[in-house]
Amino acid sequence: MSIPFLLEIGTEEIPDWMIPTALENLRLSFEKLDLPHDSVRLDATPRRLVLRAEGLPERQADSEERVLGPAKSAPPQALAGFVRKQGIDASELKVEATPKGEYYVYVKKAPGRFTKDILAEALPGIILGLYFPKTMYWTGKGGPRFIRPIRWIVALLGEEIIPFELAGVRSGALTSGHRRLGAREIAVTTADYEQRLRDHGVILSAEERRNLILSKTAGMRLKADPALLETLVYLTECPGVIQGNFDPQFLELPEEVLITVMRHHQKYFSLEDAEGKLAPAFAAVMNIASDPEGFVQRGNERVLRARFNDARFFWDSDQKKPLRDRKADLANVTFQAKLGSYLLKTERMMKLAAELGGDEHAVRAAELCKCDLTTELVKEFTELQGVVGGLYARVQGEAEPVWQAIYDQYKPESMEDALPRNRTAQIVSLADKLDTLRGCFGVGMIPTGSRDPFALRRAAQGVVRILIEGRFELPLLDLLGADEPLRAFFEERIRYYFKDIRGFQYDEVNACMAAGWSNLVDLEARLERVRALRATPDFEPLAAAFKRIANILRQAELGAVGTISEALLEEGPERELYLEFRKISGQPIENVISRLRPKVDLFFDKVLVNAPDPVVRQNRLTLLQTLLAEFSTIADFSEIVTNS
Amino acid sequence: MESFQQIILTLKQYWAERGCVIQEPYDTEVGAGTMCPETFLRVLGPDPYRVAYVQPSRRPADGRYGDNPNRLYKHSQLQVILKPAPADVIELYLGSLEAIGIDLSKHDLKLEEDNWEAPTLGAWGIGWQVMLDGLEISQFTYFQQCGGIDLDLVPAELTYGLERLTAFLQVKDSVYDIEWAPGYSYGDVRYKDELQYSVYNFEMADTGMLWKLFDLHEGEATRLIHLYDPKAEDKKRFPLLPAYDQVLKCSNLFNTLDARGAISVTERVGVIQRVRKMAVAVAAAWADQQAPPQAQAAVEVAQ
Repeated sequence: MSIPFLLEIGTEEIPDWMIPTALENLRLSFEKLDLPHDSVRLDATPRRLVLRAEGLPERQADSEERVLGPAKSAPPQALAGFVRKQGIDASELKVEATPKGEYYVYVKKAPGRFTKDILAEALPGIILGLYFPKTMYWTGKGGPRFIRPIRWIVALLGEEIIPFELAGVRSGALTSGHRRLGAREIAVTTADYEQRLRDHGVILSAEERRNLILSKTAGMRLKADPALLETLVYLTECPGVIQGNFDPQFLELPEEVLITVMRHHQKYFSLEDAEGKLAPAFAAVMNIASDPEGFVQRGNERVLRARFNDARFFWDSDQKKPLRDRKADLANVTFQAKLGSYLLKTERMMKLAAELGGDEHAVRAAELCKCDLTTELVKEFTELQGVVGGLYARVQGEAEPVWQAIYDQYKPESMEDALPRNRTAQIVSLADKLDTLRGCFGVGMIPTGSRDPFALRRAAQGVVRILIEGRFELPLLDLLGADEPLRAFFEERIRYYFKDIRGFQYDEVNACMAAGWSNLVDLEARLERVRALRATPDFEPLAAAFKRIANILRQAELGAVGTISEALLEEGPERELYLEFRKISGQPIENVISRLRPKVDLFFDKVLVNAPDPVVRQNRLTLLQTLLAEFSTIADFSEIVTNS
Repeated sequence: MESFQQIILTLKQYWAERGCVIQEPYDTEVGAGTMCPETFLRVLGPDPYRVAYVQPSRRPADGRYGDNPNRLYKHSQLQVILKPAPADVIELYLGSLEAIGIDLSKHDLKLEEDNWEAPTLGAWGIGWQVMLDGLEISQFTYFQQCGGIDLDLVPAELTYGLERLTAFLQVKDSVYDIEWAPGYSYGDVRYKDELQYSVYNFEMADTGMLWKLFDLHEGEATRLIHLYDPKAEDKKRFPLLPAYDQVLKCSNLFNTLDARGAISVTERVGVIQRVRKMAVAVAAAWADQQAPPQAQAAVEVAQ
């Protein structure tokens, strides 16, 4: 018999962004139970996490366990003891021939457990075991923890309730509808569950809610915003859409400000006109199907008008004090308790921008770039820091590279984000990030695990990307100073960048970084060379030979590179290797690898490095050392993992 | 159209019918209803409690001389504490909105994640901002910790922004235009407060004097906290409530000094720490003082 299974965890509103992960975890926990089933389906709204499976058996298959008893030849007490221990009668035993003789065997038959019992036992643990980034307790201290209070649980296997209790809630067959469009208690079966919810104002499928929002906004020229769409899909049970309008006069405000208000603060989609410019209109997704009397539209329009009025008020009043007059106020804005104010940071950044090769525009941008932290607009819309400074600098007549550098100072904010748009902006961004990193590491604020409150990883990654992709041949190690943890931190970010983002092999990265990583542009070029070399047939054997040389030299504990004495070289492979080396010395390895390799192979084939005469041996080691040093400026080839 | 005061009366009536003690505003300046002893101290310990009160809440830095239609130095919060939170607490809350005439089947109501935290009180909770047609009308929080103490019973705190809610219901774009009572606008009643306190907080407050007051109140709070003896026979009569008043005074002075721009970078973190230290100490003493005798015996044995 195959039975459908339904689990609905009914909760108060779960934060939208946590729902997809929670569902995936629910699926994994269910699969771990190893119950046979045909299909699983997961769904969620803000108030319910739902798992449905088809084709579960009523009970597990029976199982047999063979328990070996005493030998048939053993004294009767042994048999009596075994029978007592198993709680059975001796007649239930069989005698089996084994290589060691005849033995009593008890074939213990365990009837398969009822699926319902397995689920009743496992579900409380599965539910409370779901991972959420931040949980709460609600039944009292020491009580269960979950993302939000659990208010009902539907647990059905076929027509039967899977009985259990969790946080004072008994599982049952009653779900709950939309908060205002449905009933609070609705009896359901596995067959009518989704339809019953629909009748009570809940669209269970996220896919369906998504399509509904898209179809209801179809004629609106929406600025596409997949992340916002997902948020709204998981913030609603019954999505409807209204279009609202705002006074076109607000379009005088910068688009960045308008969109931020609409998107981040109000969760509205912004709309475009036929030319692709921002239109004085928006689309809001509500948690009811329609707004026939226009209450929702008018309400949202009023809220937006107040928000825009605020923004305009801030924009106008901020202009009364230009950025250049705000520098002194930065003394009152803390950068970090131990590192002092943003004024001090500004002064450090100006100096650093010049050191990085920045011109007067870069220094000017560094001087002004943090001033927007004192503006009302940034206090209100913190996510616009930098952007607002750039916009103010533009209207206040700063040169184009200056305002652009201020605008772009926080870029790149992720791996996908663009670099600051020009050289000046890149230098300012570098100065900001390097100063933050040096300062924080200097006072021991080093990120650990997931704790990185100052987003230092992102800052370091930004530095790496700007240096490499912006082609800055700057000595990174000098910029980092002697701070060992900071150097190690950067080493890790650089490794990550080349390996995970750029797709170099880890041993290529190890090999090239071992030959130095202060100039990242050079490092990138060497990596490209090694990658190209690796494709040639001579590379792997030569790399293996280099590794061998490195091992020999390590064991020999040779000091500084000495001078080779030609007179001591043995005729044959040793001298030939030396002469070949003389010819190719100073040339790029790409040009000589095919000539070098046979000589090296022959050398190792025929020559005993550990010659009995210590002088000869020393000379031989020096030859190898010189050879290795010559080609190790591009990479330490002994780091390459070879098959040989 | 219901007046501001009628909305308040209706909400109080609603919560009174649901078992709340209706309190009057606390008579010491606070930045939020949470800071009143009726919330901050009552949520500690194992005793159930339900209370509702309107608390004028002072935020010196938010003053705008009465010029800004949405921002106030002093706004009114309706604070409701249900300890422990009943299973239908959200339904009860939605019922209160319907009681003041909002037909929720025709409006868009969303509960959006918003966890609350008050570092100066050592308090935090999990919850939502309640959005009605895009307007944040309430904060809904399940307290988890207060005064640095894990709470025995989890209370629900509902905080209504009464001016916003009324402006929404009366369809007014400026808070000053709402009708407070027939014949009186909000501006008639409150504009002078907004103007004069803005002038004082931003321009005229004597920072030297405010610092002196801060030190005095801190000194008194600290003196009392040190005198509290958990082993004393008569500890129930020890004046922790007056000690807490001193903490509230410090908190308001800090906010005023901050608005005046009188707290430097290096001082700021330190001053917050000083207030927090006092608040946490009072909370710990209060939890001890109010604990039932058996629990105290257990504490002594454990020691």
